[in-house]
Amino acid sequence: MASQAKTNVIDPLIDNNPITLQVLGICSALAVTTNMTAALIMCIALTTVAAFSGAIISMIRHHIPSSIRIIVQMTVIASLVIIVDQILKAYAYEASKQLSVFVGLIITNCIVLGRAEAYAMKNSPGMSFLDGLGNGLGYSVVLLVVAFFRELLGAGKLFGQTIIPVANEGGWYMPNGLMLLPPSAFFIIGLMIWAIRTWKPRQVEAPDYQIHQVHRTEVL
Amino acid sequence: MEHYLSLFIRSIFVENLALAFFLGMCTFLAVSKKIETALGLGIAVILVQAITVPTNNLIYQYLLKEGALSWAGLPDVDLSFLGLISYIGVIAAMVQIIEMAMDKYVPALYNALGIFLPLITVNCAILGGTLFMVERDYNLAESAVYGVGSGFGWALAITAIAGIREKLKYSDVPDGLQGLGITFITAGLMALGFMAFSGIQL
Repeated sequence: MASQAKTNVIDPLIDNNPITLQVLGICSALAVTTNMTAALIMCIALTTVAAFSGAIISMIRHHIPSSIRIIVQMTVIASLVIIVDQILKAYAYEASKQLSVFVGLIITNCIVLGRAEAYAMKNSPGMSFLDGLGNGLGYSVVLLVVAFFRELLGAGKLFGQTIIPVANEGGWYMPNGLMLLPPSAFFIIGLMIWAIRTWKPRQVEAPDYQIHQVHRTEVL
Repeated sequence: MEHYLSLFIRSIFVENLALAFFLGMCTFLAVSKKIETALGLGIAVILVQAITVPTNNLIYQYLLKEGALSWAGLPDVDLSFLGLISYIGVIAAMVQIIEMAMDKYVPALYNALGIFLPLITVNCAILGGTLFMVERDYNLAESAVYGVGSGFGWALAITAIAGIREKLKYSDVPDGLQGLGITFITAGLMALGFMAFSGIQL
């Protein structure tokens, strides 16, 4: 049991990462990563919602008729997101303004719904909580790595503190403006997937179409 | 009229939901292997977006906004914190209704879109469209235009990437980038292309 709990939390970090392998929850991963502060707040919000929605849905799983389960799951998730949204508005108003619609979009974040549907509907509340926590953390790892590169290379800062002095403030670093724009997030995640899959070749996808390998003997 | 036309063009190109705001990315990457399926999903998104954004606009204007309940004699009530749960409820219900109506009246279209309709409930582009509508405080006509425009922009983006991926199948991609990796890079290049529209003031 203890090892199961450990797997639930550790496994989604790299081996079964929600973003790079399961292709879930990508929208917000791309949009809120221009600086570390916004990314960190988003991570905390999503991990909280994923963990608690898993636990709550798992608690009531025997009472949900399967024909309306999506709506029930949505309602649970939406209520949790409203709580998170209200807390952010009360205690971190600036950050909640910056995240704008993306806090609300946690409702439709596929990680939350995907784990509720795939795991919480079949397992005990404690395990579902840990599963949600693990997947939330796996999402957080990707988000923070992307935000690290984007903020450092795009503005020379981390968490709003200057790390590399940029040229127009008298420093030596010419910031790469592309890093602050939308396309860079795609490139960084693409390269990250490449790095992870080179490290863990088991995750490599089989090509749809194999180019014919010309052997030397055929040419001769 | 000109105002609506520029809003329409802006929501398709300049503020493209998929490539400028990254909404609906999960389906954008998962269902873009073939042009036909991508086109089917795109049409379904336009349809749902065109109906849900104005509906949610009515709900926001007449039920949830601060002071919106004054027609019922309750001028001080502010229910905007209930927004998220109402919008997602409306979207889920609308998708269900559209699905049933299509099954009855246009079975051919229903069979073509069949599996994609339920998926749309959890497509962030739909909820995102509604939330942007609320944030920018559009009126009913504007939100109808914005709904159709943003749905159209999303459909355009997914069809375009599906076309690129169909060709890309024949190229020699490094092992680690195969599949998801190269799709991300492609989407990034497409987003770069769409950025060319970003300076346009309409």
